[in-house]
This record gives sequence, C-alpha cells and structure tokens, in this order.
Amino acid sequence: MIWKRKDLLGIEDLTVEEIELILQTATSFKEVSTRVIKKVPALRGKTVVNLFFEPSTRTRTSFELAAKRLSADVVSIAVSTSSVVKGETLLDTAKTVQALGTDIVVVRHFCSGAPHILAKALPMGIVNAGDGMHEHPTQALLDMFTIKEKKGKIAGLKIVIVGDIAHSRVARSDIWGMTKMGAEVTVVGPATLMPAGIERLGVKICFRLEEALKNADVIYLLRIQKERLERNLLSSLEEYHDFFGVDTERLKIAKKGALVMHPGPMNRGIEIDSEVADSAQSVIDDQVTNGIAVRMAVLYLIDSAIEKGRRKAK
Amino acid sequence: MSDPAQKLILDELGINRTLTRLAHEIVERNKGVEDIVLIGIKIGGDHLAKRLAAKIREIEGVEVPVGAVDITFYRDDASSKSLRSAAQPTEITFEVEGKKVILVDDVLYTGRSTRAAIDVVMDFGRPKWIQLAVLVDRGHRELPVHADYVGKNVPTSADEKVEVWLKEIDNEDKVAITGGQK
Repeated sequence: MIWKRKDLLGIEDLTVEEIELILQTATSFKEVSTRVIKKVPALRGKTVVNLFFEPSTRTRTSFELAAKRLSADVVSIAVSTSSVVKGETLLDTAKTVQALGTDIVVVRHFCSGAPHILAKALPMGIVNAGDGMHEHPTQALLDMFTIKEKKGKIAGLKIVIVGDIAHSRVARSDIWGMTKMGAEVTVVGPATLMPAGIERLGVKICFRLEEALKNADVIYLLRIQKERLERNLLSSLEEYHDFFGVDTERLKIAKKGALVMHPGPMNRGIEIDSEVADSAQSVIDDQVTNGIAVRMAVLYLIDSAIEKGRRKAK
Repeated sequence: MSDPAQKLILDELGINRTLTRLAHEIVERNKGVEDIVLIGIKIGGDHLAKRLAAKIREIEGVEVPVGAVDITFYRDDASSKSLRSAAQPTEITFEVEGKKVILVDDVLYTGRSTRAAIDVVMDFGRPKWIQLAVLVDRGHRELPVHADYVGKNVPTSADEKVEVWLKEIDNEDKVAITGGQK
C-alpha cells in the first residue's frame, strides 16, 4: 500500500487500507517519541505552516511538536489576529503562505470545506485540523490509534459517543472512521443535539445513556459547549449532567475495563465526573500523547506523496 | 522456483555455513563478546542478527543483546521506489552508550542504508564503536562505507538485483541474482 494523497481533508474519503497505513506508520513514530532524542530527519528542510482561523492550543501544539520531531521548520499563524481582520481572502492568505516556500499547510477554519478549497487551488499539501462542523480527521485517527493500542482491535467493539453530536466535527470524523473499521457505533445525547439523518452514517441512535452504555467497550465523551445554552438547545448544564454526565455509577454499566475517552478540553462535573476522568479506565492522556505520533505519520505520508509527484515531474 | 533468470548465489546450507563463519569471526576479532550488541537493519538484517546471536550463544554460551533499526525516516531517498513497505518500529531496548555495536544487513550495496542505520543508532546514544556485518557485499558503493564481516563478495552489474529470501519472511533461505542482461 502506497500513500498517494497530497492532502488529508477528512476521514469520509479514506479507505480502510489508508487508515491502517496511517495507524501502522504512527506506531513507528510512537517509538520515536519514547527515545531520549525524540526526532528523526524525515522532513529536514521542509516547511510546515499551521494556519489557524479558530483559537486552538491543543491541536496546534500537537501539530507543532509533530512537525518539529520530523525535523521540519514550523510556524504557526493565528489568523484572527492578522490579515483577515484587514480583509484578506482565505485563498490570498494561503497563497501568501505558499509564496514563503511552504510544503504543507495545516489549516483550521470555522467554515466547513475551507481546507478543500485550498487543496483544490494550491499544490501545497493541506491537512485539515478541523473545519466548521464537518471533520477533524487527525482527532479521529488518534482516537482509533488509542483504541487499537488499548484493545488490540477496532472491529467488533461497541463504541458509544455521548454529547453534542449535531455540532461536533470530532463525532463526525470518529463515526466515519470507526464504522469503516468495523466498530458498532451508538450515538447518544439530548434530542436537541442529535442531527437529523445521522443514522445514515451507519450508527445507532439512543436517547438514554444507561441503555447505550450496556456492553460498551469504549465511552467517548464530547465537550459540551456553554454557548448551546444561549441558543436554548440545553435548559441547563446541571440537567445535562443529570442525564448524560458519566459518573462512576454509570461507568459500571459498561463492560469491565471499558475505555473512557474525551477529545479535550474537559468540563469536569458536566459531561464527565472527576473520578471517571482520573480513573484507570480513562485514556484521555494517552489520546494526547498518541496525537503527536499520528500527526507525524500524516505529515510524513503527505510529504512522501508530494515528493513522489515532484520526482515524476522531473 | 527454477526461474531461468535467477542465478543462485547461496542456498539454505550456504547461508547457514556463512552465518556460522561470521559468528566465529565476530567472536574471534573481539576476543569474546563483552559489551557486544547486534543491531539488524530492517527488513532482513533483523532476522540475520537473531540468527547470529543464536550462533554466538552456541559458540560462547553468552546471550548477546539483539536490536533492530528501521531506517525509513532516515533515508536520503525516502520517495524512491525502493521504499517498498510501511515503516516499522525500531527496537532497541538496551543501553547503546559505550557498547560495541555490530550492525547486521543482508546486502551491502551503495552504503546509504548503512549511513542511515548509523544515524538511528547514534540517536540512542554514543556507542564505543560500530562495525558492520553483511551476508552479501555486491559492490557499487556511493559512500565511504565498508563491511567488517562479509559473508560473500558478489560482483554485480548495476542493472542486476541481489535478492535475499529468508525463512522468517519468505519460507525459504536463499540468495540469488535476478535481472541484468539475459
């Protein structure tokens, strides 16, 4: 299996083989991250730019470290504080980044499809680090990597995703990925936060957490955003916690040794209780650690595809 | 597998004899195996390193640490077609600092894999020295690299390929030249 894409835009269009190649490559990069010298020369001389149109610390830092551990030069641009304010278009901003000699752009944008526009228009590699309510592919890849690492497989597992399914790009990417890999995915949350037609993605819908948690191998909690209150999609955070918050009692309903996952940042006491977040079943810190290895794999594979294209052109 | 385009260099018995000799040479040259570690270059060299360690155990009664390096991320030709398989993890679970490292590879050709493998090892620590053991040396070096222990010197032309089959991967043991002028 040879990687051919110059962009990673979403999980939806990846094949099972492509997902497996990324996860396998990430295993090697995880080994690199355990060394005293956590660096390989694979992307020496290459330039990676993080172009973030939305505030982000975790994902940006993870991509920065991933690029640095590949020996690439990396710069992060928080666009809210720069040219967009002055009226520059998305494409012009990206063209400027390209003119700086950039090989790969990691882009996060509040509009769904923004990375796709750049990927079509520009020869640089584009990695989607989250676009609107659409996809967040590297999050889903690191989630799948963590599940595979802890459970040895993904196929056949019962995975329950809890929370604001409607507004979550993490949920969408995870659903695409986990169902492709053969997991049985159930989404659960308040009806106001459940998108119409989500069952078409191959998931089961459930509105009662206790029912969904039966026999679960993985419990994936999404972050509840307080702004949903303002739009009257939730009556109160306390009520959400009462119905959908995972505490030690509810954790017991799931299979023994079920994994607890969260993309971060967590709201302790709302979607997850502290005892659960800090329990032995929580792999939330592993997700963060694995994120670097998975992003190294993505940057490395994309670079290899770009290099192949260059050789062919010669 | 009697492909007429294949010229057999070593059969199963030949490989086994060659490895036995290499193991003896390693022990003899180093007057024992104190501080010696074997590190195979994936894919191929890692299996040969394990076999050499087994032979050294027979000769000296000592268990020599065996590791394996994957050079994928250290290659200077990462995009070329020679990159045939996905990267695999490097396995060095012992201290490299101050050790006498013997790199093990199946075929020594341009020397670029050796250069990359040396870089991987150096990222784990500063060995006392590094030596190189290869099953086949086919010539055509592009870097100042030489092998300290050579199983067999095989003069080749650049359009030929030296292929190694190992039981651990291919269910049989042999070395053959393929391709070249028919």
